[in-house]
Amino acid sequence: MSIDTETARRVAKLARIKVEDDALPALASEFSAILGFIEQLNEVDVEGVEPMTSVTPQRLKRRKDVVTDGDQQEAVLKNAPDAREGFFAVPKVVE
Amino acid sequence: MSDLTKLTIAGARDAMRKGETSSAEITSACLTAIEGADALGAFVHHTPDIATAQAAAADVRIKAGDAPDMCGIPLGIKDLFCTKGVPSQAASRILEGFKPEYESTITSQLFDAGAVMLGKLNMDEFAMGSSNETSVYGNAVNPWKRDGDSAELTPGGSSGGSASAVAADLCLAATGTDTGGSIRQPAAFVGITGLKPTYGRVSRWGIVAFASSLDQAGPMTKDVRDAAIMLGAMSGHDPLDSTSADLAVPDFEAALTGDIRGKTIGIPKEYRMDGMPAEIEKLWEDGTTMLKDAGANIAEITLPHTKYALPAYYVIAPAEASSNLARYDGVRFGHRAKLAQGDGITEMYEKTRAEGFGPEVQRRVMVGTYVLSAGFYDAYYNRARRVRALIKQDFDKVFADGVDAILTPATPSAAFGLGEMTDADPIQMYLNDVFTVTVNLAGLPGIAVPTGIDKQGLPLGLQLIGRPWEEGELLNVAYSLEQSAGFVAKPTKWW
Repeated sequence: MSIDTETARRVAKLARIKVEDDALPALASEFSAILGFIEQLNEVDVEGVEPMTSVTPQRLKRRKDVVTDGDQQEAVLKNAPDAREGFFAVPKVVE
Repeated sequence: MSDLTKLTIAGARDAMRKGETSSAEITSACLTAIEGADALGAFVHHTPDIATAQAAAADVRIKAGDAPDMCGIPLGIKDLFCTKGVPSQAASRILEGFKPEYESTITSQLFDAGAVMLGKLNMDEFAMGSSNETSVYGNAVNPWKRDGDSAELTPGGSSGGSASAVAADLCLAATGTDTGGSIRQPAAFVGITGLKPTYGRVSRWGIVAFASSLDQAGPMTKDVRDAAIMLGAMSGHDPLDSTSADLAVPDFEAALTGDIRGKTIGIPKEYRMDGMPAEIEKLWEDGTTMLKDAGANIAEITLPHTKYALPAYYVIAPAEASSNLARYDGVRFGHRAKLAQGDGITEMYEKTRAEGFGPEVQRRVMVGTYVLSAGFYDAYYNRARRVRALIKQDFDKVFADGVDAILTPATPSAAFGLGEMTDADPIQMYLNDVFTVTVNLAGLPGIAVPTGIDKQGLPLGLQLIGRPWEEGELLNVAYSLEQSAGFVAKPTKWW
């Protein structure tokens, strides 16, 4: 399947990665090559095969629904590029 | 004692217990070796103060007696592991300056057992690569060179720094992680042992996630015995990782009897690829003969869906990566782009991720985004998961028929030159994982063992694949192969 520059632009947008216009054609052609490689999967008869959800057949463990962690505001904010007054700070979200 | 850095884990453990040397001495020798090895690009964050303190504490424990096997052993830790207060940035610009407030479960277990951290090791960015050329730190370099050729070679990837450091005797062993071959391929490229355990054997908590259903950490060591010892210290159930298995951890070292008489070793015909170099073919045949001579039965087997493993992997791994890497948004940790007047939150995300992720990571995140997007989810992602189920069934059948382990080449070639693949399309690089990736998709344990030298003087390795949760038996077959192969070559020091 061939990916056009518009699709490449849309995928970059969905992935929240800024790609300059002049880089889109090269990106589209890389996607096309990779998807072409992936398309070999269409040769496989997967009729009646369930998609794998877990490679080991074990059941996930459960635990009591209680608070096990918390009260670590300082540690949580420690690596933030911009933290103020106990919060993560970001540019304006709502107009 | 001389050449302390050349010790194995077992050798150092025994010597320290006898009082012939100390962790302080071995650690100091390693720190000196690291200082002189900048040209290898293996250690990217040095932690000599931590190492010295840990070594002193280990020596007290060893003197008191009853210290664990890993007590006092100086290790390198892949940069993918979160280590408290020490930079842990997955070789990515987007995690520049990140110092975790917590310790990964595996490094906690290793430190609790008395192991010593010398520093953090180079790798491909977010473990995405097969040559360590996607790292923000620059290349890690293979200590081996081709005979009569000064060209620098890749140590493989993504655990390239781990491979280089162990092969160059900068540390006694290192942690690695393996999503599609990232422990086994670099181990083979530098002539050391690398083990990827069964999915769920070790905790993933505190390891920067790439593809959660495939990622598994493991030891990279100088020999098979060391892999057994270190795996024991890394393994075990962790309530913080819901996919870690609540199973007893056997004594892996005790499994190393070297007796493989009556075991059945499968040779999968689908791994005999078109265009496989004659040297790899011969290496594989020689390994088969060695196991046969040791008393194993050799059986030709078929794993019919092998061909589809790489394309399935290149749907599943990018899909999971696009989801896992969504957290790098410039808000909670790491890099945030400088914003222009009027930029809002979307521009912050987009600029931050464009600046913070390198080209290969961006490519995989976007491929993953595409295969998960509305309208393509069934055609790509669900189909790949179905094919993955078929790949696992191939192995299930073979094991049900009585095969104990499977022997394959570890890599399609010896180490290649840094920069040699720059102009190749991404798929050429992906082919490095052709023999290893099936093992991740099926969740099986796999080990690379060095067994030969090619005509240019470079190490070559074979891979053994075991039954789920049977790392002990797998290690024993590897031990037998190691003994028969008698691989002892070391790179000539040039750095």
